[in-house]
Amino acid sequence: MKNKYSIISLIKNSFSYHENWQKAWGNPEPKKEYDIIIVGGGGHGLATAYYLAKKHDIKNIAVIEKGWIGGGNTGRNTTIIRSNYLWDASAGLYDHALKIWEKLSQELNYNVMFSQRGVMNLAHNLQDVRDLKRRTHANRLNGIDAVYLNTEQVKKFCPIINTSPDIRYPVLGGTLQRRAGTARHDAVAWGYARGADEMGVDIIQNCEVKGIKRSGDSVEGVETTKGFIKTKKIGVVAAGHSSVIANMAGLRLPLESKPLQALVSEPVKPIIDTVVMSNAVHAYVSQSDKGELVIGAGTDDYVSYSQKGSHEIVEGTLNAILELYPIFSRMRMLRQWGGIVDICPDASPIISKTPIKGLYFNCGWGTGGFKATPGSGDLFAHTIANDEPHKLNAAFNLNRFVSGDLVDEHGAAAVAH
Amino acid sequence: MFVINCPYCGEREQSEFKAGGEAHIVRPKQPTELSDDQWAEYLFMRKNIKGIQFERWVHTHGCRKWFNMVRDTSNDEIKAIYKMGEKPPVK
Repeated sequence: MKNKYSIISLIKNSFSYHENWQKAWGNPEPKKEYDIIIVGGGGHGLATAYYLAKKHDIKNIAVIEKGWIGGGNTGRNTTIIRSNYLWDASAGLYDHALKIWEKLSQELNYNVMFSQRGVMNLAHNLQDVRDLKRRTHANRLNGIDAVYLNTEQVKKFCPIINTSPDIRYPVLGGTLQRRAGTARHDAVAWGYARGADEMGVDIIQNCEVKGIKRSGDSVEGVETTKGFIKTKKIGVVAAGHSSVIANMAGLRLPLESKPLQALVSEPVKPIIDTVVMSNAVHAYVSQSDKGELVIGAGTDDYVSYSQKGSHEIVEGTLNAILELYPIFSRMRMLRQWGGIVDICPDASPIISKTPIKGLYFNCGWGTGGFKATPGSGDLFAHTIANDEPHKLNAAFNLNRFVSGDLVDEHGAAAVAH
Repeated sequence: MFVINCPYCGEREQSEFKAGGEAHIVRPKQPTELSDDQWAEYLFMRKNIKGIQFERWVHTHGCRKWFNMVRDTSNDEIKAIYKMGEKPPVK
């Protein structure tokens, strides 16, 4: 049983100089067999294990992670959360996640620092204006809060934006989702890990999957660096490495893994109290609670697992940032990094059964998976436990690339995920 | 960022080039005769290898010619470059 985090536990632990806090999760050796093995200990994988244990009463679960939990894309994204997607299927999926976010800190007894500071998407040309208005209407029909702002309203909502009409890509308007915002990315992984561990899930770190053992059309277990582990159900949530795992099982996926970069500046006093994204110039910015500007860039166009990305992508993003926010011209950037994102041809995820019995994939989140973490875990847990998708993720099946029933969110959902 | 040795122009910065995805995917001769599975395989399914991958690149801001590349996607090291129509120099 975990001790509850509260103001009282904080005071109590301060007397022992915060050296006696209970461990948030254990460090078990793998058992010989599990009912379900989740491959990948990021936010999505840990959330899957958490909901499997909590809602489906399956306790004999292992999450195996080749590095440390939350050390992949969970710790590398720009923490933006929103649900203003164009298509009905996506709106359902992402708003399901947003609704869980709204109560997540209380549910997990772990402060994920979810902050509904609003996300604004800018329009810079006539087509942007039309697209964003269309998306605003679509969102409202789906019960998602969205408003369209003209240039003056954009300026009023975020005064540091340069709305001068004579810049290269002038701001013609924008959309605002007030329920959207940011969260503390590491805390999401840690909170789910703590919750899952409490219900008996084994979180096994530094354990890399080397092979998937099959017998005919069903899975028998996974070969790992800590030996063979038997199981009848494997849920793969390996983000950029999904294809690597799929290749082990002899399964083909429609994914390409590419570096997506982000960077943070030196910390400064509060200057931007919302998230501003721009599709046309491809830059997005928010400010962390530490005061750093968190800036997101685009993906490179080549397949790479190197977690680096090219310099010109960062340069292009910063050019756009400086034109939109001249006030940042003397800021210095502290850190830059890349995460490997698995991109689907229709820019929508796959949360699905596969032709192999007992093998499930949750992948293809591309550049925008963080926002969906709780919903993704919940729906993937449902899919694994029942061997059938939930109605909210039924459209995100692997077979849509054969049937042609794609959920094309490229650009439609304000591409800078 | 890395330097690419264009088979027509010589060494140039990678920013002059565009990646064109996996190489040696043969376009079906009779697309109308394919099943949906076969068409999906051709259109969408990719090897997406971590390691040695064969891919196409184009020198967009140069000679604008396409060529093939063998590259280690785990560290972006280029192993070989060869022209369209040529046999891959390494397995």
